[in-house]
Amino acid sequence: MTEVVATNETILVVGGGISGMTAALEAAETGKKVVLVEKRPYLGGRVSQLYKYFPKLCHPTCGLEINQRRAKMNPNLTIITMAEVTNIEGEAGAYTATVKLAPRFVNDNCTGCGDCGKAVEAEFDDEYNYGMSKRKGAYLPHVMAHPMQYVIDPRIIGTDDAQKAKDACKYDAVDLEMTEREIKFPAGAVVWATGWQPYDAAKIQPYGYDRFDNVITNVEFERMADPKGPTGGRIVRKDGKEAKNVAFIQCAGSRDRNHLYHCSRICCMASLKQTHYVVDAYDDAQVTIYYIDIRAIDRFEDFYQTVKAMDNVKFVKSKVANVITDKDGNPICRGVDTEGYHRYENTHDLVVLATGMEPSVAKGDFPVDIVINREGFIEPDAANGGVFAAGSASDALDVNRAVQHATGAALKAIQVVNRVARAEG
Amino acid sequence: MADDKKFAGFICTGCGIGERLDAGQLETTAKRDGKMASCQQHEMLCSKEGVQLIRNAIDNDGATHVMIAACSRRAKVEAFSFPDVAMSRANLREGVIWARPDTDEARETTQDMADDYIRMACAEVKFMTKPKVSGEQALNKTILVVGGGVTGMTAALETAAAGFPVHIVEKTGALGGWAAKWHKRIPGRAAADGVANGTNVDLPMPQDNDIADMIAAVEANELITVHLNSTVTKTSGAPGRFSADITTESGGTATENFGAIIQASGWKEFDASAIPSLGSSNADVVSNVELEALAREAGNGPIKRPSDGKEVKSVVFVQNAGQASSAEGHLPYHSGIGDLIAIKQAMYFKAQNGKDCDTTILFDNLRTPGAAGEDFYRSGQQQMVIFSKGQVGDVTSSGNGATVNFKDLILDEDVALQADLVVLDLGMVPNSGPDPYAVTVALEKLPLKERDGKKAEIEAQVAAASVSIESILNLDYRQGTDLPHLSNGFTDSHFICFPYETRRTGIYACGPVRRPMDIKQAQDDATGAAMKAIQAAVNAGQGSSAHPRVGDLSYPSFRKEGCTQCKRCTVECPFGAINEDEKRYPQFNESRCRRCGTCMGACPVRVISFENYSIDTVGQQIKAVDMPDEFSEKPRILVMACENDAYPALDQAAMSGQEISPWARIVPVRCLGSVSLSWVTDAMNSGYDGIVMMGCQRGDDYQCHFVRGSAMAAERMAKVGDTLSTLNLEPERVVVHEVAITDIERAPRLIKEMEEVVEKVGMSPFKF
Repeated sequence: MTEVVATNETILVVGGGISGMTAALEAAETGKKVVLVEKRPYLGGRVSQLYKYFPKLCHPTCGLEINQRRAKMNPNLTIITMAEVTNIEGEAGAYTATVKLAPRFVNDNCTGCGDCGKAVEAEFDDEYNYGMSKRKGAYLPHVMAHPMQYVIDPRIIGTDDAQKAKDACKYDAVDLEMTEREIKFPAGAVVWATGWQPYDAAKIQPYGYDRFDNVITNVEFERMADPKGPTGGRIVRKDGKEAKNVAFIQCAGSRDRNHLYHCSRICCMASLKQTHYVVDAYDDAQVTIYYIDIRAIDRFEDFYQTVKAMDNVKFVKSKVANVITDKDGNPICRGVDTEGYHRYENTHDLVVLATGMEPSVAKGDFPVDIVINREGFIEPDAANGGVFAAGSASDALDVNRAVQHATGAALKAIQVVNRVARAEG
Repeated sequence: MADDKKFAGFICTGCGIGERLDAGQLETTAKRDGKMASCQQHEMLCSKEGVQLIRNAIDNDGATHVMIAACSRRAKVEAFSFPDVAMSRANLREGVIWARPDTDEARETTQDMADDYIRMACAEVKFMTKPKVSGEQALNKTILVVGGGVTGMTAALETAAAGFPVHIVEKTGALGGWAAKWHKRIPGRAAADGVANGTNVDLPMPQDNDIADMIAAVEANELITVHLNSTVTKTSGAPGRFSADITTESGGTATENFGAIIQASGWKEFDASAIPSLGSSNADVVSNVELEALAREAGNGPIKRPSDGKEVKSVVFVQNAGQASSAEGHLPYHSGIGDLIAIKQAMYFKAQNGKDCDTTILFDNLRTPGAAGEDFYRSGQQQMVIFSKGQVGDVTSSGNGATVNFKDLILDEDVALQADLVVLDLGMVPNSGPDPYAVTVALEKLPLKERDGKKAEIEAQVAAASVSIESILNLDYRQGTDLPHLSNGFTDSHFICFPYETRRTGIYACGPVRRPMDIKQAQDDATGAAMKAIQAAVNAGQGSSAHPRVGDLSYPSFRKEGCTQCKRCTVECPFGAINEDEKRYPQFNESRCRRCGTCMGACPVRVISFENYSIDTVGQQIKAVDMPDEFSEKPRILVMACENDAYPALDQAAMSGQEISPWARIVPVRCLGSVSLSWVTDAMNSGYDGIVMMGCQRGDDYQCHFVRGSAMAAERMAKVGDTLSTLNLEPERVVVHEVAITDIERAPRLIKEMEEVVEKVGMSPFKF
């Protein structure tokens, strides 16, 4: 889908995660024309990689299914995947967006039959599973991916594998001649929903994420819990050992002058949720949560109290000083329990770093003038004109708050295009 | 009408369908059994050419009913979009060839499956009608906002900015609510880009209160009408045609019409008399709300303590007073913003009483989330506010001031801290109306057996408790006067992905009545609610359903002559969409309806239906399945699967190479709540050997998108056992499971389990 019909009454939504999808759908379902631009080959963003939500412990893919159905049915919405907005010029009511389209090497003929995937031999790290498993060089990013179209990894272009993929396709859907393209189209307002990425855990040197197999991040742990994930839902270490004694280190990179200034808001609740995964998996599970403050906001308090009441879960008020390992590779957390100032040295099977959220777009990389704060999140400001942040591009937010915020952003955009419509009569 | 119908079938042979199945036989089945006037095959039906084939049949040959046998109804939705005809889809790819092994032994049963899915899709489309708008709808762009605090005013301004007129109804004599009373605001932003790491840098400080400007903006806006000293004394109708009686204090009533409603009724302060141990009777122990008044009175001068007017030199903030506590009369939640308020108020003292004023915040878990929150915490530290992790025992007094006795959790010692003033962080209590489902909620906490016996007692308790709760909306609805509560009296949505999901279509709560929140959050929330209200008005104007079936133009209708006035539909509709008319017949309110079909499932006499989803569209599919005889060793298992979760789970199972029982015939349903008992009994009577129903999780953390559908189905099906006994059938032949969209391995296994049950108890004797 590269033909974009747009006018100054069109709303451009940048980012197709849950915030961008929400903003796009809410506007489209109010009768507005919307173009949604997503960098990945599919919609859903990081939410599509979550196994369960707190506090209901329900499944994010359930809401994704609804949102994808809404997207498939709505004629007002144009979705462009594998695309990045590289420039936005103009002013509220009259922007011109430049979008760079990366080649998918698969066109809209694709039926999702999977023949190309079977034909190709090369394998690469699977981004969907944060590199914890492999996928083919021709692949459907995940079983619910929308659009349900395969992708050819550019690294196989020019190899025999690429030709095999092309030969295997009965529908003329593999197009090895595709190249990067640029398109321009008008838009009256822009919703900026580029979301977040996990803070690079390797930068927190004392925790040894880059040195120890048994120190992983919370986003990786989330994939591990998913039956569709790299371990088939088993909580195990790389060496195959069951991870029954699990430590969560809170504020790994957050609330820290050396890393992220801000509190990432979600990590406390995420670790409490992931504690459920461990406790549900093993009768003899042991969980230790090292924390500064447990930020279970308002009605999430219940969720915290439920976990706190579990016999096999321990809370230690402490920022872990460092992690070392014993001869068997078991990680050892060292530090001081600030409640009474006791030193500890606790051995675990697995350490999960509750890494924080940082904005996906680096400070200098916005293709449009926009007001950001010290942490790199977008601030609402009249100087932003017709560009409105939605979701985690504006602050570290949980899904519920991100969607709420994105719904409001859709209205802000509609206000602009309605003014354009009135002016054009 | 029947004469105008023209049926056309299309079979895709792509994606391996043609290789694995005998397409010629499928075509014969469609024509012979499915009564398709025409049936065409195409090797790639979703291609431009294939789609054109269908388009031509509609445009040139006058096809009104189209049956497409190809991939799952979840795939190629955009290609197979023909809104001008009735359409059904047979799932031959995910549902048949991908779910079955490609072996010689499996060939026959796989073909049987495919033939049946063709028969089912033909039967379905035969009984469908293309939905048309009813003519009931009208576009009314005016939005009613109940509550004139900062949330309501924001909702009004944002709605008006999109060009939609607004009425604000405010109970008191002035706009502004609580926020107008505040001395200053919590800053809504983080440190600016470029602010250095370190101390004495430019961090956010309490902001001036700008509510007066906002009130002026509301008053100056020509699209906004304000009704002060007024309440809503009656609300009737539905989105697009709400009618509200707005009554003034003096008793005059004006009736206005609205497209949608925003409820921004706000909050009240927790009553500190419930926590006497914290010294609430001492004049120098004040609530955080009272402190705002003291700070304002002081102008920008020193804040004085109430008992003797002495300038405060030391102040202690007791956080979470009576909050997050299971003690009797306390709040089980906390407001989540108390720590930000304490930091703001501590800064009042630093600014007005001097830097040497001791300000100590006693917290348990300091909650200053996000970028703005953490920077404000840092700002407080920079102002030398002291933060202590302490567990407060009590607040005592001898003379003026007060003593806070607490356990310092860091130093692990008991401390008695004397201060001129103590500030209690009190929680926020929502201003919501009585919960229409209070009785149901209380009953469902009891074991099934005790419910009937306790019903009268609970009803009396709830009635007694509601006397003191004022209704906000006074809805003239069969199911109560106000928005349902989620927990602790808040009217929040139960859905994480859908924070504005509401059980009263077209009525959206926002601000602290939905969840405790500060001004910035309330303003964001109000903007979102305004979006939803505008959208509800627009969609109601087009006759289109609200979320999640947006675009669905069908609506329930009923055959009056068959109705027995049993009221099940009016009671069981999860959205309170159905009223009763003066003759006690159900009165469907199209734009309140969410098209889940729970009413259809509830109706014992099968008189309720939708144009595109009815007793017949499913019932005839069930009957269309070819039923092999008792000795064929080919059982038939009917699976009715929720189209949003269980059905996609089965699709994904097939996509991931899992096998699905060859005996299964899967029918997607809108919600398990729409399943009519008649489908179950008809299926058993016509020889099915087992029935598996798959719906969403029910109970407190329910995942049913239509709220009660899954729970209603479970309740109804609990009674199926009796019916089966009268037929001399084993009760284990019918099961209801809770299935999540992630149950990719489990969903096929549940069908397999039924296969095993049938092996054990034998084939049904009802195969004729």
